[in-house]
Formats: sequence, structure tokens, C-alpha cells
Amino acid sequence: MHGLLATCRYEPRLRLDRSAVYAQHRWMGEGLKSLAKGTRAMAAWDEDSVTMAVEAARTLLAAAPASPAALALASTTLPFAERLNAGIVAAALGLDPSVVARDVGSSARAACTELACALQASRSTQLLLAADRRVPRPASALEMISGDGAAAALVGEGAVVATLVASRSVNADLVDRFRESGEAYDYAWEERWVREEGYLKIAVDAIGRCLDEAGVSAADVAHFALPAPLPRANEAVARRVGIRPEALVPTAAESIGDLGTAQPIAMLDVALRAAQPGAPVVVAAFGSGCDVLLLRRTDHPYPALAASSGRSETSYLKYLSFTRQIALDWGMRAETDNKTAQTAAWRDHAGLSRFEGGRCTRCGTVQFPSLRVCVNPECRAVDSQQPHRFADRQARVLSHTSDWLAYSPAPPLQFGQVDFEGGGRVLIEFTDTDPDELKVGLPVRMVYRIKDFDAKRGFRRYFWKATPVR
Amino acid sequence: MATGIRDKVAILGMGCSRFGERWDADANDLMLEAFTEALADAGIETKQIEAAWLGVCFEESNVGKTAGPLAQALRLPRIAATRVENACATGTEALRGAAYAVAAGAYDIVLAMGVEKLKDTGYGGLPVRTRGTSNDLWLPNASAPGAFAQLASAYAAKHNADRKDLKRAMAHVSVKSHANGALNPKAHLRNRITEDDALRAATIAEPLGLYDCCGVSDGAACAILTTPEIAKALRPRVETITIKALELSVSNGEESSFSSWDGAHIATARTAGARAYASAGVTAPRQQIQMAEVHDCFSITETVLMEDLGFSAPGRAIHDVLDGTFDRSGALPIQPDGGLKCFGHPIGASGLRMVYEIYQQLHGRAGERQLPRVDLGLTQNLGGHPHQNVCAVSIVGRHGA
Repeated sequence: MHGLLATCRYEPRLRLDRSAVYAQHRWMGEGLKSLAKGTRAMAAWDEDSVTMAVEAARTLLAAAPASPAALALASTTLPFAERLNAGIVAAALGLDPSVVARDVGSSARAACTELACALQASRSTQLLLAADRRVPRPASALEMISGDGAAAALVGEGAVVATLVASRSVNADLVDRFRESGEAYDYAWEERWVREEGYLKIAVDAIGRCLDEAGVSAADVAHFALPAPLPRANEAVARRVGIRPEALVPTAAESIGDLGTAQPIAMLDVALRAAQPGAPVVVAAFGSGCDVLLLRRTDHPYPALAASSGRSETSYLKYLSFTRQIALDWGMRAETDNKTAQTAAWRDHAGLSRFEGGRCTRCGTVQFPSLRVCVNPECRAVDSQQPHRFADRQARVLSHTSDWLAYSPAPPLQFGQVDFEGGGRVLIEFTDTDPDELKVGLPVRMVYRIKDFDAKRGFRRYFWKATPVR
Repeated sequence: MATGIRDKVAILGMGCSRFGERWDADANDLMLEAFTEALADAGIETKQIEAAWLGVCFEESNVGKTAGPLAQALRLPRIAATRVENACATGTEALRGAAYAVAAGAYDIVLAMGVEKLKDTGYGGLPVRTRGTSNDLWLPNASAPGAFAQLASAYAAKHNADRKDLKRAMAHVSVKSHANGALNPKAHLRNRITEDDALRAATIAEPLGLYDCCGVSDGAACAILTTPEIAKALRPRVETITIKALELSVSNGEESSFSSWDGAHIATARTAGARAYASAGVTAPRQQIQMAEVHDCFSITETVLMEDLGFSAPGRAIHDVLDGTFDRSGALPIQPDGGLKCFGHPIGASGLRMVYEIYQQLHGRAGERQLPRVDLGLTQNLGGHPHQNVCAVSIVGRHGA
């Protein structure tokens, strides 16, 4: 059977307290008070749409192993305008180079458009990733309501958890918000107009037609997933369409925030996990038109998803610094030229992107980086190593420090040596740790993160870091 | 069959500039300051020097490439000159090149110069630099204290040591070096500190505090070498000091990529130390060596080196340090001149500065910090980080000792 094989979502660990944001804007933005509730997911300095997509995909493929023939990355905040972002993700995941990788974006409904296409298309396995790390203008409503995160969906043949019943796509150049290429911030039009002319006409019409085409009554919809970047837009649309209020899928606005392009897929994940076999589920997304998908839950069990734990963050200044909206005095050590030699990066791409080292076929020693001569002093065989991927293996801390002298955008720089299960030792940075958490022997797992920014040339390089297993 | 270096090379003269934040001096001035002292000590003229080795590490923020800066600063008469670099072990590398050239019989009189002008960067600590084009793509952007702090976590875990005891031992190492540095007019840091000062200082790289880290200094040190025969002929009334061992060991990636290393010791120091002891005929280091200048870039480094060099039994360094064994009045004084910690650490000069202190002690010229009796002294000079480094060990002593 063709359909949706699995979905999952990824939220970064930090949860920015909205009241801390409001506290800094209150002097000029009293009106933000109504939004100053709960928390929003906040990417660490070393996360972006690419790294969050990688993490969502790894979670998904761990739960539902597959070799996708195609990978689409949907986002309106891709780090590179020229350089295939989906290609960076595919390489980090260690997908076969024959994977058809593409970036899609430009609208918050991009992932929904892509999901509909994937479900209508061929029998091949397709991986759809959506991620956003939006950086709204300080003191804007979007700064309050948005969150950083990613979601993933796997489409193909097999033990599908949902099938596509019908879908509807409407194009409408109603400009609720825009951001010209190269600009930093969105510009948004009046919410009341977007709600009345956009959601309540364009979205309502599209959802109604989709249900009509499938012959499904709105009252029978069990789960209705519509992002609500405008307060209660989802409720208003449901009421107008005739969908029961109980069917509304929670948006996690109070804890995570609106994930932009990833939000419809994240909400679909919530909906399908809650859905009974046979239940009709609607997911819709609005932006330059609307996409609607009507799915039906099958009776296949859902791959489990570990609950993500958040950590409270109350420093709005840290948020501004992490999003590079303020330039703090990092000292001269931060002036280091991080120019990447692309020749070397390509030569070493297996190690850098998919964290591949070598395993000696003569003596079995696992090593990183993989030099041509085996590191085992009793072996020293030449050209004896086969590729060995470290990315999905756990390791234990051999030594560590918290370094306040070295430059890091989130001091202290934490790094140390880790020994991998199955062999191999690497000196590596730690990320997403708690104070005093690092200990000799602590189990860690690998995550793909930004290693350095090259502000001079507008480049960022990625590598793997170790984070505590929780 | 190779016969080693023991007693084949004599130190005819040595010089060392004052170390510190020498805002007034550039590398030329520092080299000349050290050289003037060495030349007077050797009692020769510049034109008698046949070849020279220049050790400088951060040449990009310093003197630039080649040995030309040495030739220019001293106006050497177009003799052979070579620049060497082996990170913080650069000074010993210059000495090694010069010594082996004499031992080989290629030259009669040579110069080994080490210099570093670090205080032109605009910030504290060592200059930030590339670790190599490919390494920069994945290695953590570690600072030197961060890299050496790794030793502390691994050492405490391996020996099940109480972190407080380890911190106290580290503090004792620094208190001792400050006390010694206070007696050294050429030292960068001449203030005394208390154990409490060290324990309460700001953290640089956990668990290393400010006083666990050595100074970053400008300075130069040099040696004029010849054969023992020529030394005796030129200076019949001065006791001849000879090199007993000059060994080097370089990490090949085993520590960093092969899981046999415990992260709690300096593997190359053990290798270079063992070779040096064999070369010098030392079988019981703690008894036969009367003083040592080791690479105390950080207090934890000095602490673990006590075991690596055979001065402490495995796991006993903390106790020996706290017992005062390595104090200036102890059984085996370490860094009587203040060490990297307080004499200072102008990278390229440090290995030669270590030898300079032994040389001064052997000649009885160490002033207030003079030790009662030194026949053999050891230097250990480390370049790089604990997991990947260059380690040089020299043993210097009285001819025939």
C-alpha cells in the first residue's frame, strides 16, 4: 500500500520564556502582553534549518528505516541561497548519492504542497523534511509566536500509517506577509484582513471542496490540523467549515510556538499519533494560497517517538545574540578567519558530512580520521580500511573541559575526548549540555551542528558534536 | 652503530633575556640581549660561530619566515642558519639541531637561539591560529588551557582522585613556582601567591584557574655549543658542562585515535624520558637527577609529568607535590627559576631557558635560588596538546658526571 509510512518532529532543547521577551519590549510594546505566555522553542547558536532537518530525519529513519529515492527540504529560512541545502542534509544522513534532493520553500505551506505531491506520485520512497528557524524583527508578534523546529514525513510503499484520500491546492497571491530575497525580516499585513479574506475565504473554500470531493462530511473529520499563526484562526476556520471543535489538533503554541513550514507536518504527526484506525484526518496550510490533504489512518502501529525534553531559557539577550541580531564584544579571539578550503572539505566530505572514519580489515581497529595507514601500532597496514560511520553510535566521555578562553558563541566552549561503542576515539565539541553535566564516562550521542561561521564570506561549516544521552 | 650524544657536546656559553611583557623590545632586541650575555660568557667573538639555528614558533605574528631575522639581528657573517619549529618544544629543537651538528663533527662552534615576541597580538593568551586546513574543518576550537584541562578530568577519574586534592596539588605547584620566580630577576612574574589565591582565581578552562596557567611572555634564550675539547681549550679555568641526552618523541595519532591511551598522562614524555635516561645512563631518576625544568604550561601538566618522568610513582604525584618534594627546598626541586609559570613562556625560547637555568645552577650562578648541589639536571619541553604533541627531554650536567 502507498501512503505515509511515518512522521516525526524535532524541537531544539531551549525554551525561551515569552515573558522574558516581553519584559524587554514592554517599554515600547505594551500590546505584546497578550502574547507573553508560555515558552517558544529556541534553536541553539549552532542549529539552523539544515541541522534541525537532519535531526528530524535521523529520528524518523531510526523509527522507520528506509532508503529514500528522493528528499525534499521545505523551509523559508534555508541557510544557503546558492548551494543545495537538501544536499547538505542528504550527505549528513549518509543517503545514497543517487537520491533526488531538492529545496522547496517560499511559503509556509511549502511542506504541505510537497507532501500532497509525494502522496500522489510514484511508488518510490520519499523523505519530506520541513524546518524553520525564523528570525522575526524584535518586538514583532511573529517573534513571540514563532518557534524553531523541524518535522519529517516518509512516504512510500509498505506498512503505511495513513493513506491519502483527497487533496486540494489553491494558489492565491494574497500577500499576508513577504520578505524580499536578501532581506532579514518579514513584513506582515493586518491580521484581521488575513483572517477574513485569507483563512475564512480561501482556506475554508479549499477545505470544503477537498471534503466534498472525497464525500466526507466535515462533522466526521476526527482530527483537523491547521497551523494558527493568527490567534484562533484554526478555530474560526473549523467553525466555518463545520468541523467539530474537539477535532482541532493542538498547536503547542504555549510551549513550542509556530514552526513555520514545519508546523503542518508537526501537527499532522500529533494528529496521526492520536487517530484511531480508519479516522479521517485533515491537514491544511495557508500561505500564498492553501493546501489541504485528507488522510485516513490505517491500523498499522505508529513508530514510537521519544518525548523531547526542553530546558528553560530566560535570557532574551542570548536569543538576540544566538540569532545574530546583536553583535556583542567577543574579543579579538573571535576575529579568527574561518575560511573553509572547499577543496579540502570535498576531499574529506565523507568524514565531515556523514562522520565516516575507517575500520581496518586487517586488525579491526576503528579510527577517525581515516588515514591510509592504520593507527594500531601493531598493525600499520596500508589502505586496509573500510568506511565506518560514527554518527549513529553512542560514545562515552574520556576527558572534558569547559573552556572560557576559547571563543564560542555560547561560552564556555565544551569539548573532550570520547570513546565510541564499537571502537574509535575522537576529540569533539559538546553541545546542549547542562551545567556540571559533563563527567568522565557520561554516555553521549552525536548530533550534526554548525561548527563555525565565516562571517567575512557568508559561509557556515558543519560537523558533528556530542550531546548527553537523555 | 650510532653512539648517541652523551658528552660529545659542551655548552660554551648561554644567555637569556629578561622575560615579560617587553613592550619596549622587538624580537631583534630580545635576541641581541640574550646573545650579548652568551657571547661574553663563552668568551668568543661572533665571527667564530660557524652555523646557527633559530627557534621561533608563531612566526606569522612575530619575525616572519626563515632564519634571516636571526642573521640580521646579530649581523651574522653570512653563515649557515636554519629556522626550526616544533610548537612549544621549538627551543629544544633549536638546541638539538645545533648540538647534533657539533656531535656530527660538521662544525666546531654553533649557536642555538630561541625567541618569541608574543605581546604584539592585542590580547592575552597565545595567538589564535589555524590547526591545518583539514583539521580546522572538524577539530574543536580549543584553547591551550582547554586542551590541557583534559588531563585533569582523565587523571582524577583514572586514579579515583578527589577533585579537591587534585586542585590543591595544582595550587601547590603554582605557589611553589611563584615563590621561585620571586627570586629570579629575569622572571616575568615575581609575585608570591597563596594556595587560597590559586584556588579562588577565575576559571579559565575547568578545572584550571588563572594561577594554574603560565604567563605569555616575550623573550629570548640562546646557547653557544662546541666540543668538550674545544671548551676546555678555550676556557681552561671554567668547568665544562656537557649534554648527556637530547631526545625527542612525537605523537603519531595513537593517543588521539587509538583507544589505548588513558588521557591521564603524556605518552611522549615517557618515551622521550626513557630514551634520555638510557642515553645519560640514569637508572633511578628521582635519586640521580638533582633538579628539573619541566613544561609547566599548566599546573596539571607539571603534576602528571612527575609520574611520566619517573619522579613520582604512578598515582602518587598529588601526594608528592603536597608533601613538598618538588619545592625548592624539597628532595627534587622542579622549576627553581619559576618555570613557564613565572619565568614566563616565550614559546621559541622556553626550551633553551630551561637549559639556561640548569647551566646557571651547575656554575653556581643562580643567586638567591641557588641549589646546594646539582650535577645533573633535566629539561622536558612539550609542544602541542596532551593527545598530540612533540616532547623533548634533555639532560645536562658536569662533564664526566
